[in-house]
Amino acid sequence: MTSSRLRAALITAVTWVLVLMFFFPVAWMVFTAFKPEHQAATMPPTFAPDLTLDQFDAVFARDMLPYLINSLSASLGSTLLVLVLAVPAAYALSIRPVANVRDALFFFISTRFMPVAASIIPVYLLLQSVGGLDNITWLTILYVGVNLPIAVWMMRSFLAEVPREVIEAAQLDGARLGTEIFRVVLPIVLPGVAAAGLICFIFAWNEFFLANLLTAQVARPTPPFLTSFVDGRGQFLAVLSAAATVAIVPVVLAGWIAQKQLVRGLAMGAIK
Amino acid sequence: MTVLMTTPTRRRPARAVPTGQQSRRRRVAVSRALLWPALATSIVLTQIPFVLTIYYSLQRWNMLRPGDRGFTGLDNYVSVLRDGSFLSSLGATVAVTGTSVVASTLLGMLFAVLLDRSFVGRGVARTLMITPFLVMPAAAALVWKWSILDAATGMANWGLGLVGLPPVAWNTELPMLTIILVLTWQYTPFAMLILLAGLQAQDRDVLEAAAVDGAGALRTFGSITLPHLRQYVEIAVLLASIMLLQVFDPIAIMTRGTGGTKTLSYLLYERAFVGLEVGEAAAYGVMTVLVTIVVASVALRTLFKVFSTEGIDR
Amino acid sequence: MMLTRTARRQAAPAGLAAAALALALTACAGAGGGGDGGSAGQGGGPVELTLATVNNPQMKDMEELKSAFEEEHPDITVNFIQMEENDLRDAVTKDVATDGGQYDIVTVGSYEVPIWAQNGWLTDLTGDLGSDADYDVDDLFEPVKDALTVDDSLYAVPFYGESSMLMYNKELLDAAGVTMPEHPTWQEVADIAREVDSDDVDGICLRGKPGWGEVFAPLTTVVNTFGGSWYDAEWNAQVDQPEFAEAVQFYVDLVEDAGEADPVSTGFTECLNNVSQGRSAMWVDATVAAGLLEDPESSQVAGKMGYAHAPVVETEESGWLWSWNLAIPETTQNRDAAVEFVKWATSKEYHQLVGTELGWSRVPPGARNSTYEIPEYEEAAASFAPITRDIMLAVNPEQPGVAPQSWTGIQYVTIPEFQDLGNQVSQDLADVFAGRSELAPVLERAQDLAQEAGDAQK
Repeated sequence: MTSSRLRAALITAVTWVLVLMFFFPVAWMVFTAFKPEHQAATMPPTFAPDLTLDQFDAVFARDMLPYLINSLSASLGSTLLVLVLAVPAAYALSIRPVANVRDALFFFISTRFMPVAASIIPVYLLLQSVGGLDNITWLTILYVGVNLPIAVWMMRSFLAEVPREVIEAAQLDGARLGTEIFRVVLPIVLPGVAAAGLICFIFAWNEFFLANLLTAQVARPTPPFLTSFVDGRGQFLAVLSAAATVAIVPVVLAGWIAQKQLVRGLAMGAIK
Repeated sequence: MTVLMTTPTRRRPARAVPTGQQSRRRRVAVSRALLWPALATSIVLTQIPFVLTIYYSLQRWNMLRPGDRGFTGLDNYVSVLRDGSFLSSLGATVAVTGTSVVASTLLGMLFAVLLDRSFVGRGVARTLMITPFLVMPAAAALVWKWSILDAATGMANWGLGLVGLPPVAWNTELPMLTIILVLTWQYTPFAMLILLAGLQAQDRDVLEAAAVDGAGALRTFGSITLPHLRQYVEIAVLLASIMLLQVFDPIAIMTRGTGGTKTLSYLLYERAFVGLEVGEAAAYGVMTVLVTIVVASVALRTLFKVFSTEGIDR
Repeated sequence: MMLTRTARRQAAPAGLAAAALALALTACAGAGGGGDGGSAGQGGGPVELTLATVNNPQMKDMEELKSAFEEEHPDITVNFIQMEENDLRDAVTKDVATDGGQYDIVTVGSYEVPIWAQNGWLTDLTGDLGSDADYDVDDLFEPVKDALTVDDSLYAVPFYGESSMLMYNKELLDAAGVTMPEHPTWQEVADIAREVDSDDVDGICLRGKPGWGEVFAPLTTVVNTFGGSWYDAEWNAQVDQPEFAEAVQFYVDLVEDAGEADPVSTGFTECLNNVSQGRSAMWVDATVAAGLLEDPESSQVAGKMGYAHAPVVETEESGWLWSWNLAIPETTQNRDAAVEFVKWATSKEYHQLVGTELGWSRVPPGARNSTYEIPEYEEAAASFAPITRDIMLAVNPEQPGVAPQSWTGIQYVTIPEFQDLGNQVSQDLADVFAGRSELAPVLERAQDLAQEAGDAQK
């Protein structure tokens, strides 16, 4: 009895050590953000720095707020658009009978396989020719293209769980399509919509490639702004850590709070 | 555009709820109307650029020499095939993606099992554990590069020093490993979440029955849990692969394509925006898409097999 | 500009599919033609300038002081976009090459200016600057200005200029009992580096980071002084010649024996950190580094450093010549305001402003003769200002190596393909630094790439 309890305690200890190791880079980054610059990159590391908020002041003095706002509008905007498009499509694919579901699904998911980089040249030149570079609306639209397949796929899985009897009952009652979707189906899959939305939001918030290439100033979101803290000619680790900390807070908090949705979304709800 | 969209739907009539011809036809129309906006958006945003990529790949066009531009046939493809960068980048992509996916899945399995047990502070441990997946990849790459793996002041070398090991020049000696480390760090929580969902979906009665029958924990795991988890593993591997095949951020930020880390995404970026070779870059893009289509078909067949029990074609 | 931007934004959300289709059609009709016509923002009303710049301290100082300019010009605001050197090059090149029009003012190196000017991407500033006597365009450093001039027209103004030199920690060298001559040879420097090198201190720090502007800045000067070159006068690639290989091998060996631990991640910043914390005894790099090493706030070696001309083998000098310049892309819609700002940031008054507001050692060096006549600057920069000026006037960008060349430039080749060429070769070179690859096959591939670029030049 004692030996098995000892073993359990041991496994718990190992678990905690491993988890803390995984969490360490994040913790260290946040810690570094509160250091003065000359104590940030030292060997041996400075464990008892003169804690300061200077770096956060510096980050906002460098005007980080507009970048965060850009990120927020591109992420929220694209997520909403994606959901508006994906939910009906997934509904058609899973509940309403559409022939060749497989073809449509295959098409959606296959677009996600293609490296965005493969068609970046035409995208860049097209945007440039309509004056769409450095424009948050166009970036948002492109994020819709990137996230739509994942959302369709996820929503289809969630909708497939809705008991058919419920819908058929509604149909027999003569419910119109709108009623059918909004009154009957949507409430059942609302957690799924939240999950898909969360995942799309995370991906959009964290996207770097398109953001970096297609924006300059007005529409520049946070990820490419972060790399500008790498200083060609001096110390920068503390202020970079502060900027990175600010940049990850919204998504990390959202993920922490909505853990259940995250699990549902990633496991795609379907596999039961 | 319209042709493209309706063809696949028209080929076979739907097997719908048998409520008469009229109603069935209407239902199909409604379904199409629901599907149409998403399909059209996807086509416009992904297929049209690709068609244009093909067009550019037949052009001789270096942006730094604006005067000298024209149709050049398959020349770009010839120089792409002769150069060897494509194959080595394909290899780099497979190596980086493959290793990271396998490592993430194995570690994810370990953490899923550990965090499925009940112990003090499990909720907090899970919360901390999912964090790396939420961290912005650009931020992750920057922090790993400058704070953890810096040869002179990084925490990794400090840790090695504590246990008496010599410092490592990570970026020079082990560039591929630095990328794999960061990717594995970010995607282990991802795999863990999926596998944890799998563990939680297990039938507790079966497990208890096995315990009553006297099967050891390891044997139960091997003969009951693992087979049950198979489809979750497949999903985790497939989704992680889709995302990691595109990996760009850590390479651009940490290694800049040195030491066998020049993945296809980075190669495409470099040809297009450093070399400014529009034609050549487009040819690389077309080749990449062709390869991806092959890979995607194989991967998707697997995926559909995973879902076949659930009845995709009902 | 505000007006333009708003207009552009409203064009977008007009029906997703329709807009995208229209976009596709426009593109098929001739993508890359560019130019969205409208030139609002030029006359009257508030103007917003977008300036893309490298994130060096001198540029950060400029951003800090921009409010002085904005107070003088209440209708102009200036937005700074700071980027790392490599990112800046990629972003700005892409933008001007495609008529992207995202920037009103760009920071460009002396390598890009003549190439871009010839492509018609930069506006000619000769008239704007020459007509203003107070600006005193003739005060600009002659060799620097020459590099920015194409057919007697000036296309960019130097914000600061630099050469390269040898910087050494006198304490560490004294402790090892060696003295540094004022004009050392590479062999002497290598010997000293190996002598001084220990477990705690690197003998020397040399860049190894991929990028033509990173490792190949110092490395090309080494190649030059070893008697090698990228091209001969007829654009035949010379990378397969023994002098080229000898120089690169020398450089790699020196780093391996007595250099920093992680060469592939080592650029200017990393060396600066190493030297300023006393972890490296010597360093061959940009002259502007001296100002940073002598800053007691960030450097532990202030007052302990000695400076010498860049080491040589077969040439008299081997310092490079570089300037970061402000230029105005043709695509700007705010040329007048942009010119105002460029003039302000490169004026004598700006130097006074930096001196009084931020300290005299932070005055941008190497751009104006008059800088070296400011008494406060002479005093603050006594240990490195004279040698910086001497080297900058001594180097020869027309023929930095042993053989004549057909371009102007020391540590780079002034052809469009060079940045791609240098990048690719330096990536392969990373494998040589790491011992994963021999030098010979790397240079073989480099020769092919170089010849391809050279052929385009013939």
